[in-house]
Amino acid sequence: MATEQIGRTMKQEQARQGQHDADALAAVQRILQLHANEPGALLPILHDVQDALGYIPAHAVPVIAEAQNLSRAEVHGVVTYYHHFRSEPAGRHVIQICRAEACQSMGADALLAHAELRLGCGAHGTTSDGAFTLEPAFCLGLCASSPAMTLDDQPHARVTPKAFDALLAQAEGGRA
Amino acid sequence: MSTITVYVPRDSAALAAGADRVARCIAKEAAARGLMLELVRNGSRGMFWLEPLVEVNTPAGRMAYGPVTPDDVAGLFDAGFLTGGKHPLALGPTEDIPYLKKQERLTFSRMGITDPVSLTDYQAYEGFAGLRRALALAPEEIVQQVLDSGLRGRGGAAFPAGIKGKTVLGTVAAQKYIVCNADEGDSGTFSDRMTMEGDPFMLIEGMTIAGLATGATQGYIYVRSEYPHAIATLNEAIRVAEAAGFLGDNILRSGKRFSLAVRKGAGSYVCGEETALLESLEGKRGIVRAKPPLPAIEGLFGQPTLINNVITLASVPLILARGAAFYRDYGVGRSRGTLPMQLAGNIKYGGLVEKAFGVTLRELLYDYGGGSASGRPIKAVQVGGPLGAYLPESKWDLPLDYEAYAAVGGTVGHGGIVVHDDTADLSKLARYAMEFCALESCGKCTPCRIGSTRGVEVIDKIRGNQNRPQQVMLLRDLCDTMVHGSLCAMGGMTPFPVLSALDHFPQDFGIEAPDRKAA
Repeated sequence: MATEQIGRTMKQEQARQGQHDADALAAVQRILQLHANEPGALLPILHDVQDALGYIPAHAVPVIAEAQNLSRAEVHGVVTYYHHFRSEPAGRHVIQICRAEACQSMGADALLAHAELRLGCGAHGTTSDGAFTLEPAFCLGLCASSPAMTLDDQPHARVTPKAFDALLAQAEGGRA
Repeated sequence: MSTITVYVPRDSAALAAGADRVARCIAKEAAARGLMLELVRNGSRGMFWLEPLVEVNTPAGRMAYGPVTPDDVAGLFDAGFLTGGKHPLALGPTEDIPYLKKQERLTFSRMGITDPVSLTDYQAYEGFAGLRRALALAPEEIVQQVLDSGLRGRGGAAFPAGIKGKTVLGTVAAQKYIVCNADEGDSGTFSDRMTMEGDPFMLIEGMTIAGLATGATQGYIYVRSEYPHAIATLNEAIRVAEAAGFLGDNILRSGKRFSLAVRKGAGSYVCGEETALLESLEGKRGIVRAKPPLPAIEGLFGQPTLINNVITLASVPLILARGAAFYRDYGVGRSRGTLPMQLAGNIKYGGLVEKAFGVTLRELLYDYGGGSASGRPIKAVQVGGPLGAYLPESKWDLPLDYEAYAAVGGTVGHGGIVVHDDTADLSKLARYAMEFCALESCGKCTPCRIGSTRGVEVIDKIRGNQNRPQQVMLLRDLCDTMVHGSLCAMGGMTPFPVLSALDHFPQDFGIEAPDRKAA
């Protein structure tokens, strides 16, 4: 996966990238076949691609469009419409901090500000070492346990700045 | 000696409080002590300040302990919790906890009691009784039961569920669909999530009955991507139900068929609007459709489609099993039955409270909720999600029913109740309502797409005291345009929180007295 290649030399990187793109397209083709006879399959396809590759690469868009008998613009429109789909790889870990009203009432704004400061990146950003991507979320369904967040899809309730720091340290084995 | 059963919930809110670690510790500790016990991962009872809530079955009933941390586990064993022993975390018999005991749990009757994916458990508590009854009825008779129950859409719009079903039944087509709207995006709501994670067969049964009632043979559950645990549990439950013949080509050997698939949303709030959801299911951007045509006549892939919220569909099995009159006898006025309400935000005892319509907010906030979590006075309560009004204390004695709330410019919505203490700045929350609308607007209609962005700017000017009186007039004018000119509730109801904040909390906007009589 692309995110694991950080630190290689440029030349190796280019050779790897070509192979990587080919591997990615092969994975996309397998996913397309899986959904070939499914009505309205574009969202399930995009989810599968993102789950397999970590994002939806630009070069996969025309391939998906052709298989689904859609225009590239239509597929691009769907990818960019939904907040969940990403066109660039995320960090090794994805953090979602809820910003909705119930969490606001229990200090979500302060938690997000703490996270931005701690990670050195803004909402929707990724830390410079590629470890964490920070996403604002609008309700995680944990509204009686606010403020809430997820780390790699695992929910965490009543998150204090201290608890947040502990989760980061745990995720990156103490490096973060 | 019979095996002792220990329950540790698998609900996301319990997991968020560390339930998995507690379950592992209990299993490890039991093994170390050479004790045999069966560990069941049940749903949550919905008392989230007690999660992880560990229960043990004893001859005297199920005993509760909570909130349990991994560090408490050894002490619980030492105290003999497996036989209901005394411990500082002991709460006594679960059923006797006042928060639970005072509720009227109809839809949530099994919640937290059963293993969510055990068919044996489900059927031991009336599961599939409604489906068996429905299989013996004609489609018209099933629809009539739902009509007679007075059940209205629990997603927020409160449209009579039976009328939708009747329209789909009466529309002739080769293929019809049942779609479950599980895009529970409202802040302060989690009853759909709890249902999918804690009692998924109830939803499966409700959708199957809806299929029998309307002639639809394919169902989709559209679940938001923020709910990965709900998606996993639903998929598991569907596999189990199919294998046991409750779903598929020959439901309980009746010759009737119904199939179900889970579809994952992708982080768009407006996809909770039914026509945007259908677009999304068809693989498109979640853009709201103009109505008519109604989805009941031209819905998914242009076919007749019954689209309802999770709780609406999950209420159907009980209505069939117990009869329409049983359900209708709960509630007040035109709001029949019960509503699983969700106490959230700055509240001491947050959780799920299912009560008949007619309960007051004050009862919910204090008798159940125990006041704010911060211990400070409660200032404003937003009922009905991000599009619901902010209610000041003068409105807390209204009976919670659809009409009473509509009369004061509010909405019951999906039953979410978000509490804010006196540190809340309502002008900031009003700004957030517009900001959220700007972020989530599908962009199809101008009042919503442009109005929300202008709304943020106007509120910023009010907050910054730039031509404040004119800007307040402009904001009211803008809200009027959004209410009357938007295509769906996104733009049409965003003014509810904004105007209620302005009317009831003018001081937060720097206005001395209301410039118009408060609604």
